[in-house]
Amino acid sequence: MSLRKYIDKIKPNFEEGGKLHWLYSTFDAFETFLYVPNTTSRSGVHIHDARDSKRTMILVIIALIPALLFGMYNVGLQHYAAIGQDVDFWTKFFYGLLAILPQIVVSYVVGLGIEFAMAQVKKEEVAEGFLVTGFLIPMIMPIDTPLWQIAVATAFAVIFAKEVFGGTGYNIFNVALIARAFLFFAYPSKMSGDKVWVRTADTFGMGAGNVIDGFSGATPLGQLATTDAKSFADFTFHGITGQPLSLGDMFFGFIPGSVGEVSTFAILIGALILIATGVGSWKTMLSVFLGGGVTVAILNALSVNAVMGMPVYYHFLLGGFAFGAVFMATDPVTSARTERGKWIYGFLIGMVAITIRVFNPGYPEGMMLAILLMNAFAPLIDFYVVDANIKHRMKRSLAAKTVKQ
Amino acid sequence: MANRIKIKKGLQIPLMGKTEEVLRGTVTSEYVKVCPEDFVGVTPKFAVRVDDRVKAGNALFYHKNRPEVLFASPVSGVVTAIERGEKRRILNFTVKADKEIEYEDFGKKEVASLSPEEVKKSILDAGIWWTIKQRPYDVVANPDKTPRDIFVTGFDTAPLAPSYDFILADQEADLQTGFDALAKLTQGKVYLSVSPDTTNKGLRYAKNVVITEFAGPHPAGNVGVHINKLAPVNNGEVVWTLNAINVSVIGRLFNKGIVDLTRIIALAGSEVKQTGYYKMLLGTELSSIFKNNVTEGISLRYISGNPLTGTKIDENGVLRAYDTQVTVIPEGDDVHEAFGWASMSPKRYSAGCTYLHLKKAYRLDARLLGGPRAIIVSNEYDKVFPMDIFPEQLIKSIIAFNIDKMEQLGIYEVAPEDFALCEFVDTSKLELQRIVRTGLNMLRKEME
Repeated sequence: MSLRKYIDKIKPNFEEGGKLHWLYSTFDAFETFLYVPNTTSRSGVHIHDARDSKRTMILVIIALIPALLFGMYNVGLQHYAAIGQDVDFWTKFFYGLLAILPQIVVSYVVGLGIEFAMAQVKKEEVAEGFLVTGFLIPMIMPIDTPLWQIAVATAFAVIFAKEVFGGTGYNIFNVALIARAFLFFAYPSKMSGDKVWVRTADTFGMGAGNVIDGFSGATPLGQLATTDAKSFADFTFHGITGQPLSLGDMFFGFIPGSVGEVSTFAILIGALILIATGVGSWKTMLSVFLGGGVTVAILNALSVNAVMGMPVYYHFLLGGFAFGAVFMATDPVTSARTERGKWIYGFLIGMVAITIRVFNPGYPEGMMLAILLMNAFAPLIDFYVVDANIKHRMKRSLAAKTVKQ
Repeated sequence: MANRIKIKKGLQIPLMGKTEEVLRGTVTSEYVKVCPEDFVGVTPKFAVRVDDRVKAGNALFYHKNRPEVLFASPVSGVVTAIERGEKRRILNFTVKADKEIEYEDFGKKEVASLSPEEVKKSILDAGIWWTIKQRPYDVVANPDKTPRDIFVTGFDTAPLAPSYDFILADQEADLQTGFDALAKLTQGKVYLSVSPDTTNKGLRYAKNVVITEFAGPHPAGNVGVHINKLAPVNNGEVVWTLNAINVSVIGRLFNKGIVDLTRIIALAGSEVKQTGYYKMLLGTELSSIFKNNVTEGISLRYISGNPLTGTKIDENGVLRAYDTQVTVIPEGDDVHEAFGWASMSPKRYSAGCTYLHLKKAYRLDARLLGGPRAIIVSNEYDKVFPMDIFPEQLIKSIIAFNIDKMEQLGIYEVAPEDFALCEFVDTSKLELQRIVRTGLNMLRKEME
């Protein structure tokens, strides 16, 4: 208990009148991180559920870890394939770890720095929302995104997509996706094309080498968007060294792409964690896939080119579809908040994502835009769901009045 | 056979310290205190002064805006103090109790032969009008208005709640008289809700009422849920609510001609060594049942009422007006739990699945177990809120004090207690009951 004693000893410095009071929110964030606050209820219920905001956010992070770990391995895998070297599993993983860790650190330092400062200014506790956002940001960026861009995008997203609205719980758009969208529109050359998805340079001197002949870093969706094939049957997906890709490669994630999105398998583990703990809404996840599935079915039937003819399972395995459905669409703050609304919200995300992906080859990745678009419409969906309840109440009220007269 | 309505949404919090169904005796105390704060919506005005003598049934104070609403002393004796708190708010009227209670005689009356006005006047004059509350606003009923219906709850599903079957044993006659009296007060129906397990004859076979069974987890026993399922309150309508224990108080008034506020209460909670039922008057000091009967060495929270809606009292506190239960749980302010967010401890309880459920019953303390946040998680309140209302949206409209939206979303149908479970499960640790109470008070000020 000596740590507890130490905290109790230094605590007065941070309280009102103490010389370090300007750091109170920071102190409180660390104290509550270490120990459950012992404040007891003053009004209302005398007992409380053990679940709090920290528990919720930490579970999302745990759900993200399989996708992150796999993403790290895949970064190394793609890199060593690109330079034509054969190395063992741990070398690949360690290379990826070294490549991604600085991005996570930058995203956390910048984002949490702003959060801590804002909490202090507003005299509030530091909200935990950014713990997840900061984790998501490196996972949805191309691996070669420069650190300074991550810093700028994170700062932009946290300030203009979250803090100006009032902080965690008040934002309209998914903060991590705003960071991604910011870079997508501000630095399109760094965010798309076929140069950014595979890290070919060395990381801190590790894995130096020259790219082999015949290397192409295009993602499977990127290949499809630029293909000349008349129909999907004439088209085959290729890996970065020209090898054909199997469905297994796509499912387990041995393909180029953003760190978090490549392995559908790891994302499914995350989805199971979110659903089992009740942190993520299975309704939203399911309805995104339903919406996507229905749209693909329609497009397949009307198919005139390779993209339109792509079967539904490729759509689900490739790009950010699964990752977006599981980790982005389910963000409770920016999603529809009513249960009926979630079905509509998810379904429309699936539809819009596939539509963008198929009809606009410029954005082979429709998921980000689809979710941001539906974020904007989520309050409207809720409005109509709640309005049905209101109408029904007003009608009942009116009926009661007429009976009386 | 009574109609049965099954409630699916809700939560039975598995707390340790259920009450053993044994009557452990009658408790009396030297002083009896009545706290005007218990009567929501009432501004107290003195009907007595210090050193006045009162009989049981004489008014201690009355409602400033409705002088006909009197508040009876539960006991006979001498008024020794009127304690005040901050801003000269009256905390309680203290009466030094006589050894033998002397009752004011209101005269036995045959309810069947009385007019509605006479029934109402009898209850008002006896100072027990407060037993009847009203919706909207969840305040002591306004006697000037005729209610559309009257709702009586015949069971309690709150955590560690007492058994009405046990409390109301052998009170069939008083209950029936009470129901008959209530039936006179409305042109509509008197609804009595019971649990599928109710065996008490006075409730099961009550006449002159519409009996409905409500099955399911808490809040299946909340009157708000019963109203919502049976006949929701519409804008402009008023319904009255009370529990069966107070119905028998009203019945006793007509049968015996006296105000007898004796009731059987349950002593419950994880920190009570020997739980059980006690017979006592409203306002009785509780220290004697706590003495040598609670865990020592840790800081404790004493609650008059249940852990969701009860009032925090200290160990010398008294039984509050509407309560039939006294609960003792650990306070928890002396606990420093490391890394709670990562905890796998089987001692932690959560309604959802973010913790494993390894135990049958839990010893929960009064900690918030987190810091206040904006509303983040969705569908949390809905899961424990079985009414046809959107709780989160209603709470938000109350915070914004948007009167139109509040009305549209059903503010007139709810009481703070309906949000107690939402407040328990809330990840954001918001004081929902306080928010609803404040909203109802402000709305009432606007509307009346």
